[in-house]
Amino acid sequence: MSARERIAGNIASYVDDRTGAAAWMKKNLKKVFPDHWSFMLGEIALYSFVILLLSGTFLTFWFDPSMREVVYEGSYVPLQGVEMSAAYASALEISFEVRGGLLMRQIHHWSALIFIASIVVHLMRVFFTGAFRKPREFNWILGVGLLTLAIVEGFLGYSLPDDLLSGTGVRIAHAIIQAIPVIGTFLAFFAFGGEFPGFIFIPRVYIVHVLILPGIFLALITVHLMLVWYQKHTQYPGPGRTEKNVVGYSLMPIYMAKAGGFFFIVFGITALLGAVASINPLWLYGPYTPGQVTAGSQPDWYMGWLDGLVRMAPPLEPVIFGYTLSLNILIPGLIIPGIIFTGMALYPFIEQWITGDKREHHILDRPRNAPNRTALGVMSLTFMLVALINGGNDLIATNFDLSINQIMWFSRIGIIVLPPLAFIITKRLCLSLQRADRELVLHGRETGRLVMMPSGEFVEVHEPISPEKAWLLTQHEQNAPLELADLDQRGVRRPGLIKSKLRKRFAVAHAEQVAKPTLNDVHELEGH
Amino acid sequence: MSNEIELIKDPGLPEHKLRQSDIDPKAADRAERQVAILFGLSALGTVLFIYSYLFISTDLFVFIPFMGEQNVHQLLLGLGFAAALLFIGLGAVHWAKTLMPDHEVIAYRHELRSPDIDREEFVTTAKEGAEAAGLGRRSLIKRTLGLSLGLVGLSPILLLGDLGPLPGNALRTTSWKAGTRLVTDPGDRPIRPEDLEVGAVAQTLPELAPGKDHHSLNDIAKDAVLLIRLRPEEFNLDAERLSWTYQGIIAFSKICSHMGCAVALYEQTTKHLLCPCHQSTFDVTRAAKVIFGPSARPLPQLAITVDAEGFLIAQAPFNEPVGPSFWERSA
Repeated sequence: MSARERIAGNIASYVDDRTGAAAWMKKNLKKVFPDHWSFMLGEIALYSFVILLLSGTFLTFWFDPSMREVVYEGSYVPLQGVEMSAAYASALEISFEVRGGLLMRQIHHWSALIFIASIVVHLMRVFFTGAFRKPREFNWILGVGLLTLAIVEGFLGYSLPDDLLSGTGVRIAHAIIQAIPVIGTFLAFFAFGGEFPGFIFIPRVYIVHVLILPGIFLALITVHLMLVWYQKHTQYPGPGRTEKNVVGYSLMPIYMAKAGGFFFIVFGITALLGAVASINPLWLYGPYTPGQVTAGSQPDWYMGWLDGLVRMAPPLEPVIFGYTLSLNILIPGLIIPGIIFTGMALYPFIEQWITGDKREHHILDRPRNAPNRTALGVMSLTFMLVALINGGNDLIATNFDLSINQIMWFSRIGIIVLPPLAFIITKRLCLSLQRADRELVLHGRETGRLVMMPSGEFVEVHEPISPEKAWLLTQHEQNAPLELADLDQRGVRRPGLIKSKLRKRFAVAHAEQVAKPTLNDVHELEGH
Repeated sequence: MSNEIELIKDPGLPEHKLRQSDIDPKAADRAERQVAILFGLSALGTVLFIYSYLFISTDLFVFIPFMGEQNVHQLLLGLGFAAALLFIGLGAVHWAKTLMPDHEVIAYRHELRSPDIDREEFVTTAKEGAEAAGLGRRSLIKRTLGLSLGLVGLSPILLLGDLGPLPGNALRTTSWKAGTRLVTDPGDRPIRPEDLEVGAVAQTLPELAPGKDHHSLNDIAKDAVLLIRLRPEEFNLDAERLSWTYQGIIAFSKICSHMGCAVALYEQTTKHLLCPCHQSTFDVTRAAKVIFGPSARPLPQLAITVDAEGFLIAQAPFNEPVGPSFWERSA
């Protein structure tokens, strides 16, 4: 035994004597994870969170979350002598006086954008492949919660520097709070410690942004990862992969190297963006004052859809029994986002109710094999996309020389018409792809080789696909829709008939499939 | 052929293919050198980072195509940092992909649900625990505990009571009073009608109360007023609103009636005011009537006139709350 081995052995034995960790470690160091590029999306989110913690901590050493009025005397000439909040002045100091401060600020902002973007794409992957099905419903809900918190955290973060752009965002958030029926005015006065903008809002936002929300994030992310670990990762279908196994590589050394390396790649790319791509140049905006605004005021992209919805809302503000109900703010600002996020959180249970499927699923769906779900996903994305486009309607209007009113009307009509259209088109596309898969299994792939038959007829030679590919295209289950009888055994109408009829219609729509080819079909073709 | 449906069979895991570096020791050595070069590049990145931090002046600029004028210190600091991180990652991944074993391993899943016996024992244990505590029998304890826990939960909520004052009348009042002079923002100079040409716009605030040396943001958030001068015949107002104007000068609250942004864009040709936040559009000639966008109310109009010295003043305070709506607004 070498000296090095002896030292390592002594340390390990010292720790194990006190914790008994060896038994757990030996098993988990060999834990198998399946490999696929789309499984790295969640990793990007996790690594961005770590980058946010690191870069954010650096920023706290200089940032002064105070609304105290100071006169700027730093090195940025255009703002010298201007009155501003201490928060804005210290954000300028980080940008101009602290070496590497601007780099860290830009890394922090870029990684916030990447954090939320990767959560969204990760969520899309989980949705479209059906990874949220039993037993992973809890983790889906945790994920939706994390996305919601991430959006709030991002908004609070870019509100902190107290520049003209972010102050305008806070003004809008204030108006949303104030629009809440009955208690809105009180809530706004409580949140802002009085009238807008007051003197205490930035310090309060700061403690939420750097302590409360990151703490909740840490707890939720830990549970999210522990569940992934404990329930074992899902895998894509393929030869040799079943509901009972996990095919992949072991944690040590493959994933330690790959995942560890990937952390550095994500950090490196974020740092590269921070180095060469300017983001949120807040010295150009000037300090916040409620009497001014910049043209082309835009929130960060993840708030853009919300802003777009608010912009397109019709001017509805009824006065009921002497009280003002700001539907033009409440519907786009609270009610629709509430419906979207609640619906998203409940989707696993809704699908379970429709299919009646209570089994565990560990093999992922190919999106085309779940046409209804895929279509629903694309429909929701279309809704968000129209809202997001309208959130940039002023920039689109000025850049493409269009009328803002036309864009607004396009969005107002589009947000109602386009999502159902997207649903229909996606569902048809999925069924067509299923048909194409069926063709491929039964008739093989087109080789592009033309052969002249003795009769003078030209035919294209088809080549049978590999057994692996044939398996991949046919391994999925095709279940008949849930059977629900309107009448019970004695011929009496069941209670809750409307609900059951609705469920039946959903079940039929959900089970719409192109029959997958079987060996019988193959044999029959060969018989010819 | 039987009538039973036969599914296409799973051919099982495909055969493992060896990599070049598995067969050829030279290829493996080459891979090792590649990984070492990547790690070496990372080290160079850190050197560049340290050099930039210590020795490159922070006020040195250089023109780079497509990027414009760049601060050399910032740029090299960032590039060094990015390279230091990125190449560690690339090296580690290349190492894993070329030199670490790439045999796929199979692990088996187990049903997550506990065996029935464990479930039953859990229920028994929980029941026994509750029984032993007497939760079922001693309802007096259960109820008083419920009451006290419920009440103790109230105290932290009550403790938040001083987060802010009650709204009171704050949202209905501004600094504008009858006779308050309109002053320029910035500058705080009183304004005469002849200072404004036809077509001009001015941002104004109420004159500072004696003893105050600047406008607080809370005040600006309610007091900001836009002055716009048109030809008097261009107005399409009723007699009362027309009497609130002075020689074609009309004054509106600058705080948007939708969500409180500053309504800062004025289009001279159409005489429309546009809020850049959500594009609510107001027609100046018709007392800021909403002609497009999500806002449901016109901008509040401030009645103005001139005082004995010929400066513009407010005839009266705003006759309605300025800014975004709130529940009690019309109460």
